[in-house]
Amino acid sequence: MEELEQCKGQLVGWHDPDEAREWVRHNKSRDLKDKTMSAQEAVAQFVSDGDFIASGGFGHSRVSMAIIYEIIRQGKRNLTMAGKTAVHDLDILVASGCVNRVEVAYSFGHELRGLSPASRRMVQTGRCQVIAETSNAGYQWRWLAAMMGLSFVPTRTMLGTDTLAYSSCKVVKDPFSGKPIALVPAAYPDVAFIHVHRCDVYGNAQVDGIIVEDFELSRCARRLILTTESIVDNEVIRREPWRTSIPFMVVDAVVEVPYGSHPCEMPCMYYYDEDHIAEWLRLSRTEEGVDEYLQKYVYGVDHFEDYLELCGGVRRMKYLERREFLREPMTAPWR
Amino acid sequence: MAIDRSKYSLREFLAFSGAKVLEDKKSVFVGTGLPIIAAALAQKTHAPNLLIVFEAGGIGPRLPELAISVGESRTFHRAVAASSMHDVMSLSQCGYVDYGFLGAAQMDMFGNINTTVIGDHDSPQARLPGSGGANDVASFSQRLIIIIAAQSKRTFVEKLDFLTTPGYLDGPGGRERAGLPQGTGPYRLITQLGIYGFDDETKRVKLLSLHPGVTVEEVVENSGFDIIIPDRIEVSPEPADEDLRILREEIDPAGIVLGK
Repeated sequence: MEELEQCKGQLVGWHDPDEAREWVRHNKSRDLKDKTMSAQEAVAQFVSDGDFIASGGFGHSRVSMAIIYEIIRQGKRNLTMAGKTAVHDLDILVASGCVNRVEVAYSFGHELRGLSPASRRMVQTGRCQVIAETSNAGYQWRWLAAMMGLSFVPTRTMLGTDTLAYSSCKVVKDPFSGKPIALVPAAYPDVAFIHVHRCDVYGNAQVDGIIVEDFELSRCARRLILTTESIVDNEVIRREPWRTSIPFMVVDAVVEVPYGSHPCEMPCMYYYDEDHIAEWLRLSRTEEGVDEYLQKYVYGVDHFEDYLELCGGVRRMKYLERREFLREPMTAPWR
Repeated sequence: MAIDRSKYSLREFLAFSGAKVLEDKKSVFVGTGLPIIAAALAQKTHAPNLLIVFEAGGIGPRLPELAISVGESRTFHRAVAASSMHDVMSLSQCGYVDYGFLGAAQMDMFGNINTTVIGDHDSPQARLPGSGGANDVASFSQRLIIIIAAQSKRTFVEKLDFLTTPGYLDGPGGRERAGLPQGTGPYRLITQLGIYGFDDETKRVKLLSLHPGVTVEEVVENSGFDIIIPDRIEVSPEPADEDLRILREEIDPAGIVLGK
């Protein structure tokens, strides 16, 4: 194939497909075994300094916040993160100094709520580096290539733009059509964390609503930590196996964390905690504010349950449930 | 100033203008903010069978309230499918999306958009969020609609700091030469001053209609590049009371986008 363009973004997370198969053969168990553990244990065991990490869900929806907070508490360093519409998770991981390299599809913003003061400050002062650009489709096709056990997936997005020029893609002449086509390289995160509605102790998981790109991400990550709203009996999974979107053999840890996406949304269960997100957006305008937030909500608590109490406990969670089901009016305290 | 603020806000006018471009029985892939509102208004008025598509997997929702995010549960409320990004992006790449609809901050004469960085990429003056799904929407949609709420010399620029999202790239044939799907590209551009198209021959921004009270001089002054001004220029239609009622009471009652 004739190579037409070599892009200048740094290639992160790519492995030779045979090397990737070897890794799976030796490291991913096909044994049905109980993988339940605490968030502390999961992060201590599966997240290492320097890892390339990815967080599931989309934006502020269905995010494994219990793991994000635990990574900060354990002081992990020099992490590279997939900025695949990564918002609150990435923002606090960059602000706390855990993540210092990002491959960006969408990062440093909170969508309609505005830009991220903390992580933008870290980028603009050189403390966090953008190592490559891509698009949302481009990113999730990196996972697809990896889950297919291939080096790359071809696509017609990004062609002709600086987004492509700063990506880790290659452009070649499509041997069938003769037209230029972008090759998106496979990406295997060292570890990914995905929050699900329910799973069994082995990690067979069901997700309600849109799966976004977690079908692909769960299958390509070398290590996968699942957090779940609830653990269900294996029989619940087997009764409706067509509802399993993540099968156990790709899962390394199962952590039960009710309301574990807070302050992000859990579709069909509870809505964004806009007051909490607004508090972060306000405090993170200054470095002192970042410290205040982390001290209060992360370092100051040992467990996610204590954090939820700080955020208003059961009463607040019930409000967020009513809000999800449109029984409370919209608020926008960050405006 | 252009728009009669006693009757409607600028953002209400922009949302209405965006809605008018959309057609019934077509599909639209929407970005955050005004595009969602415009699509919702179209669906509640002249285009009840407008298929709204969201990048994270929501296909064909009946939006119950404003979606804060293009990946939240409102984007698949009473939808025909709650799917995945791979599915939506693949359908788009296959040609199922008629209109792409994006908000933008900085644009050039060919409709190329920057949302990545102001200044140098590696040591930026201002870091912005990047492409998100915007590049994909603009690459794959048959026709792209762009809203820029504040047209000025700073937002309509001769040269972008970073070309995040493709318009016509370097002009006629640019998209096809790069390998983007044939016959696609920017179609309409809506700002606080007027509605624009893109010239068939040169692929450059061309004025179609002025909002009530706006002059050609204002359009020219508020641009860093030359806009094609044809002999015949229309006046942009204004929203009716019913459009405004729907926007205010049904789509964004809290004024989260429209009240800004």
